Amino acid sequence: MIIRGKCWKLGDNISTDHIISGKYKFEAINDINKMAVHVLEEVIPDFYKLVSRGDVIVGGRNFGKGSSREQAPRLLKLVGIGAVVAKSFAHIFYRNAVNIGLPVVVAKTIPDISETGDVIEINIASGVIRNVSRGVEERVSPYPREILEVLVNGGITEYIKRYGGLPWSRSIG
Amino acid sequence: MALINAIVSKALGKPVSPGDIVVVDIDAVYAQDGTAPLVIDVVEKELGLKKKIAIDKAYFFIDHSSPAPHVAAATVHKEMRRFAKEYGVKLFDVGYGISHQVVVEEGLVRPGMIAVGADSHTPTIGAIGVYATGVGSTDAAIAMMFGKLWLKIPETVKVILYGSLPVGVMSKDIALYLVGEVKTDGMLGKAAEFRGSTLKELSIDSRMTLTNMCTEMSAESAIIPVDDVARRWLVERGYEIFRNINWNDEEGYVDEIPVEVSKLEPLVAAPPDVDNVKSVDEVSNNEVDQVFIGSCTNGRLEDIEVAARILHNKRVKEGVRCIVAPASRRIYVEVLNRGYIDILIEAGCVIAPPTCGPCVGAHMGLLAAGEIAVATTNRNFPGRMGHRESKVYLASPAVAAASAIEGRVADPRKYLS
Ligand code: SF4
Repeated sequence: MIIRGKCWKLGDNISTDHIISGKYKFEAINDINKMAVHVLEEVIPDFYKLVSRGDVIVGGRNFGKGSSREQAPRLLKLVGIGAVVAKSFAHIFYRNAVNIGLPVVVAKTIPDISETGDVIEINIASGVIRNVSRGVEERVSPYPREILEVLVNGGITEYIKRYGGLPWSRSIG
Repeated sequence: MALINAIVSKALGKPVSPGDIVVVDIDAVYAQDGTAPLVIDVVEKELGLKKKIAIDKAYFFIDHSSPAPHVAAATVHKEMRRFAKEYGVKLFDVGYGISHQVVVEEGLVRPGMIAVGADSHTPTIGAIGVYATGVGSTDAAIAMMFGKLWLKIPETVKVILYGSLPVGVMSKDIALYLVGEVKTDGMLGKAAEFRGSTLKELSIDSRMTLTNMCTEMSAESAIIPVDDVARRWLVERGYEIFRNINWNDEEGYVDEIPVEVSKLEPLVAAPPDVDNVKSVDEVSNNEVDQVFIGSCTNGRLEDIEVAARILHNKRVKEGVRCIVAPASRRIYVEVLNRGYIDILIEAGCVIAPPTCGPCVGAHMGLLAAGEIAVATTNRNFPGRMGHRESKVYLASPAVAAASAIEGRVADPRKYLS
């Protein structure tokens, strides 16, 4: 699974509130699509219009901190984000992103050297991230097989529908 | 190994280490009215699952906007009731109280369990020796329907508390001190385990404030081993330990944080973030428009008790609203029976039903632009309790009650000696 797209560079401590403000939560009950226009609006105005399919968000420390709001990774995926690379992730955001099939990658170097507009390429299976524009490559620890299968299949509910059970039936646990 | 490792190792019947990804049976799972709508969507629309298949340890709570402040919330609540009935999820409707409080006091979570909640403050319940972590709606849906989840075992930091709390200083002050020291991302990827001689003096109420605030340091989980205080609490309620962990291991911790609590003074977290911690003196010039005593952080018996002691025969200052919301119905009944509600109403407080309400800016006391609140809650980000230009100072219930009297951020010690 290769993801290739334009970099959107964000800073440290991007919260779920930055991604989608809590005040829109009740709209989601009827239609998550309606919320998409508000994604990251306070960080990058009109983000939903500017983003292209496969683009990569590159964040700093503690990406996705704050509430357990799963709408945050869902909306990033909905507007076309292919992956999020960051120095560290908030625990619940990380789980949510994996579960809904949005690859999240912890990296040391790429967040420091990347700027908005650079081309980023990620090989999820092998754990290699490249900033193509700057010719920098970083190896990260690859996902355990079960998590990789969830991501490749587009999320855990997609996996369950396709295979009729959880990816860890033949489990590591 | 750390307690969380020991619990998972016992559950799986083989030793685990931090960093391992394991699949475990979930002993309790819950969601609230903010996260439940998406749980319902995942189960019905995404997975297309049929009726009455939820595990018998699955719970819904109507606590965030409770009773419904608008039609949108009422609609969500109605959906939750329908789903709960059709799928066999046990529902705690309007009035029961805040999820983390209710699961503990109703005995739905017990020491040694592995529990998840679709709410970021789920680690609160670690105060009674539960390995608990917050999850999203998809996780909650899968745990409710299949009874299993993947978990990555966190590293554990040992937080050692020494000494006795001075008069007027509460466990909230320990928590605020810790957040000020380690900062809001200081425990990212880690869990906190509380130890030390101070614990002997800390009730389950006080302990839940400590574990609750670990979320504000980005901890994945927080836990306090079962000791005599916890055992007495369990016996009084007729609850049993779920999974006995015979362990006394001092190895396997990634870090140690010692805290000498006898040196602490009343603290606040000033806006705009929880690690902006200051002494009450430093901010006592700030006039206050509203005081809120409640939430899963500090809406328990001893919190309302200290507020009643301070406000006894005193008046909330003219122009200040002081809102008190017991965290659960059981607490409400208890403080009513003990006469605290009378004292608080006499003093000019307004009593709200058990709800998250003001904590999350949902209802029952939002702030206008420029207004300042002292709240016993756990978050003070811009806009948390209302308008983006309102300000929230986080504090103990003692500081909150003293602030209600003086109409500015105030030191409670002179009311308690
Ligand atoms: S009281 Fe506040 S922090 Fe606690 S569960 Fe409710 S909204 Fe969350």
